[in-house]
Amino acid sequence: MNPPVLEIKHGAVAYDRPVLRDVNLTVRSGEVVAVLGANGSGKSTMIRAGLGLVPLAEGQVELFGVALRRFRNWQRIGYVPQRLGAGGGVPATVGEVVSSGRLARRGFPGLLRAGDRQAVAKALAAVDLTDRAHDPVASLSGGQQQRTLIARALAGEPDLLVLDEPTAGVDAKSQEAFAQALRDFVRHGGTVLLVAHELGPLQPVITRAVVVHDGVIAHDGAVPHPTGHHAEPGHDHVHPHAPQDPPSIWGRE
Amino acid sequence: MNVNLIEIMSLPFMQRALLGALITGLIAPSLGIYLVQRRMSLIGDGIGHIALTGVGVGLLTGTSPVLTAIIVSTLGAVAVELIRERGRTSGDIALAILFYGGIAGGVFLVGLAPGKGSANLTSYLFGSLLTTSTTDLVTIAILGACVLAVTVGLRPWLFAICQDEEYAKVSGLPVRALNLLLAVMTAVTVTVAMRSVGLLLVSALMVVPVAAAQLVSRGFGGTMTLAMLGGVISAGSGILVSAGYDTAPGATIVLAAIALFILVAAVGAALRRRRRADIGPAAVCDPPECVLDS
Repeated sequence: MNPPVLEIKHGAVAYDRPVLRDVNLTVRSGEVVAVLGANGSGKSTMIRAGLGLVPLAEGQVELFGVALRRFRNWQRIGYVPQRLGAGGGVPATVGEVVSSGRLARRGFPGLLRAGDRQAVAKALAAVDLTDRAHDPVASLSGGQQQRTLIARALAGEPDLLVLDEPTAGVDAKSQEAFAQALRDFVRHGGTVLLVAHELGPLQPVITRAVVVHDGVIAHDGAVPHPTGHHAEPGHDHVHPHAPQDPPSIWGRE
Repeated sequence: MNVNLIEIMSLPFMQRALLGALITGLIAPSLGIYLVQRRMSLIGDGIGHIALTGVGVGLLTGTSPVLTAIIVSTLGAVAVELIRERGRTSGDIALAILFYGGIAGGVFLVGLAPGKGSANLTSYLFGSLLTTSTTDLVTIAILGACVLAVTVGLRPWLFAICQDEEYAKVSGLPVRALNLLLAVMTAVTVTVAMRSVGLLLVSALMVVPVAAAQLVSRGFGGTMTLAMLGGVISAGSGILVSAGYDTAPGATIVLAAIALFILVAAVGAALRRRRRADIGPAAVCDPPECVLDS
């Protein structure tokens, strides 16, 4: 069995009410794990807790076998948030945003070295944005912005990619470009943990699915297949209200 | 007026005033760009309010107002940063209390100080470049060098924490320490600019050159370079105009910065119009990138 790269043991998170209760998750090297669940199920909170962005009320997190508190090898992790950060008051080019993906590897900031520039160029090519490197990110479509964030994570040449809803609200062309970038990353030995509301073109890449429902893990294993009208091609998976009762990612069945 | 201006600018106190203003014009936008990036453009103004309490403490106790202003505004900037970090809605009210408490405290303390009238207060609120001594200038230069070392030297880190704080955390950057460093540098910049444009106009020199640069730049690095250039041009031309017409230097510098902003906006708009006319109306609208699935 491959060594674990991310482990949550008996994790609990509570804001005003409990969001996650006694969650156990182990992601091993080489896996591509999809965390699925309805809006508000706690799936995003779970992976954010795994990165230390949300404090655990109880339990422990280990990254690459090291307790989160003592973990320093952040260059091994590439994080892709749901959307571009709030710091949009000043324009930034795609190249500048992607270059900040090198920070974990660079130590004290100086000029970009040849190796840094190469990694940035490679990451831009992987998401098919090379020709947009000098454009302001704000001028890009939502899907292209998402690809910029993925390129930023890839530029750090991580061993583990953690993605929070990378395909939400992304156009078909960007979804394809993203799926291709992910396939390449996995082929070179990368591990992936991603949160998704629907899998779309990612489905064939996923090796394991974890379903979060109402703060607990309801399923951990094979990717569940959509049934009923969810399986129809072109089905637009939208929950106007997140269902509370059925413990399934596919809504009422 | 030309001969007159050369004569005036040959006076040592005018040269010190010019140098002090140029240093302020260079460093204020280099720090302000991070505040603008965070959409916290008015924070500099608030820290300026708080610094006035520091001035009051200095005048009352007979110590250097610059020193006490740095200490008090640093404490204030750290408090602002801690409020921001919590991200509470009530933080807005907390900032208001802090800022108005700062300016009221300053006016109150200056009133208690023996023999210090309102004229003295005005020189801190609106600047007093013409009375810059050589010692003042050395202080301004040293503090300015510290600010530049941080804002330019640590740019990739500061860019990352202001652009996307959570990502910076997962990159292993010392986010909290960098935020506090940025807060302290804001306080230092405010104190340096207190001399040239005054505490009430500090924020203008931090923000307006950045706003002007953004009109024509595409990236962060370009915006920063242009903003610093714009700050220096505003400070230099402001001093020259104020010397020629005998107006308040601080206010003239700020008006020069705003004039620069309007000029850049007008030229930028004209260029865009011409480019559009050259290409023709057909190319104005790109084909849709994203098509909704049915």
